[in-house]
Amino acid sequence: MGMTITEKILAAHAGKPSVEPGEIVEVKLDLVLANDITAPLSLEEFEKVGATSVFDRERVVFVLDHFTPNKDILSAENCKKIREFAAKHRIKYFYEGGTCGVEHALLPEQGLVVPGDVVIGADSHTCTYGALGAFSTGVGSTDFTYGMVTGTTWFKVPESIKFSCYGKWQPWATGKDLILHVIGMIGVDGALYSAMEFDGEAISALSMDSRLTVANMAVEAGAKNGIFKVDEKTLDYVRGRAKRPHVVHESDADARYREVFEIDVSKIGLKVACPSLPSNVKNVQDLKSVTIDQSVIGSCTNGRLEDLEMAEKVLKGKKVAPNVRCIVIPATPQIYREAYDRGYFETFLDAGCIISPPTCGPCLGGHMGVLARGERSVSTTNRNFVGRMGHPESEVYLAGAAVAAASAVKGRIAHPEEVL
Amino acid sequence: MILKGRVWKFGDNIDTDIIIPARYLAHTDPKVLGSHCMEPLLPDFPQKAAKGDFIVAGSNFGCGSSREHAPIAILALGIPLVIGKSFARIFYRNSFNKGLALLEADIFDKVKDGDVIEVDLSTGIIWGPGLKVTAKPIPPFMIELINEGGLMNHLKKRLEAR
Repeated sequence: MGMTITEKILAAHAGKPSVEPGEIVEVKLDLVLANDITAPLSLEEFEKVGATSVFDRERVVFVLDHFTPNKDILSAENCKKIREFAAKHRIKYFYEGGTCGVEHALLPEQGLVVPGDVVIGADSHTCTYGALGAFSTGVGSTDFTYGMVTGTTWFKVPESIKFSCYGKWQPWATGKDLILHVIGMIGVDGALYSAMEFDGEAISALSMDSRLTVANMAVEAGAKNGIFKVDEKTLDYVRGRAKRPHVVHESDADARYREVFEIDVSKIGLKVACPSLPSNVKNVQDLKSVTIDQSVIGSCTNGRLEDLEMAEKVLKGKKVAPNVRCIVIPATPQIYREAYDRGYFETFLDAGCIISPPTCGPCLGGHMGVLARGERSVSTTNRNFVGRMGHPESEVYLAGAAVAAASAVKGRIAHPEEVL
Repeated sequence: MILKGRVWKFGDNIDTDIIIPARYLAHTDPKVLGSHCMEPLLPDFPQKAAKGDFIVAGSNFGCGSSREHAPIAILALGIPLVIGKSFARIFYRNSFNKGLALLEADIFDKVKDGDVIEVDLSTGIIWGPGLKVTAKPIPPFMIELINEGGLMNHLKKRLEAR
């Protein structure tokens, strides 16, 4: 019996010829990650258990991206503790200040994750790196601590669900529309404990930025990981940035899947997830009466260059509607610079956007774009739970960058073609 | 071990932003986290919940972020157990790592807020007014981990053996 890519990566890291879904395996970790929210709890545990060193100072990554630039004294104190820990243990990849980006945009970009890796991160969107053909998943601070000290963790091998995607993409449609469509179809627990594997000609046609978006939101369907086949696009992306050698694994033709979905992407238009679950998905055309107070274009889901490029196309020569705050957040310093060099900032500033430094801030109602009671935001982020971006009576509509930009111009949810 | 407690019902897909909103995540003090537990849905929950109470939920309890602050907040109120139809996977691991017991059982429609029920953690049997249900067994691997005193005790032992 064949194995899926997820099973093969886990088997290779467990030192076994094969593994089966349901089996508990102890695996070696290639990389462990935490941020300014999850690391503080971990560092307390680290002290308590009497640990004195990390397993490998080049495989532990800290990114201070959530409540930074420090939003208050408590956040500043947390960052200070992590900074001191990183210095003491000579952590090689410690990102803050001008090197800091949104972690799940930053790590792939910096070549810290490569195909074939097993990665855990104390952040639920760690599943993003599946786009590179790696197994990666979110854990809590305690599991992170264990991984940081021992370089190992345990997993129950997940069953896999395959999403075979074919057909030609509609104009403006991206990975965001695919993943919202899928979550709308299977629900927020549709892939609970499972691996979501994406393949097919429509996936080959998808950019790396879009694949990262799709894998990023696998957790919103309850999945353990999202994963993609490694192809030429993946290898092109990895070449020149990888900090370590990679290994390409591929699902066998006779691999077992719990379920296989065939998806014709030509039928997927622009999608919006309405409050208060990512599965509450509708077509953008059906939401034109929904007025907005804010539009956020950024995050680990959609703060990459492809997203800024789309937003720029929509916003060029246009003005953000009065009373709408349009916040553009390039996800990393490199994306920030590239967007600047390409002249996107001029378009954004002329349109009346706010350009934010890289931060997770508004996505989780932390800072830099918190909503008041009764306010509504379109956002390219990944969660629209009750109170996610601020007051419990505020609302979040999730969409791709083109819809977020068009909505900012119209002051209500809009399709980009209404603006152009 | 048999636990007896009063039921607080929460529905399907109770996410970690409800259990503990992100704006409080710069805190690590369990008392502070507990004082904001379930705030978006039930702002007075921390005052009204008593030590030993249980949460009974629908499906996918704890979905969303990886924040361990969520089980910490629940535990800080003295709530030792959540019974849910199903749990999100990161929350599941985090809860066992922190010492919050979780049982998978579909009793949501069979109990009312304020019902007092009893639970035998070793057998998974849950009984109360007109109710007797056996929860899905806790995976043996998790039980082993619990018996060892949790993941951090396991780590402590591993470090001491070095």
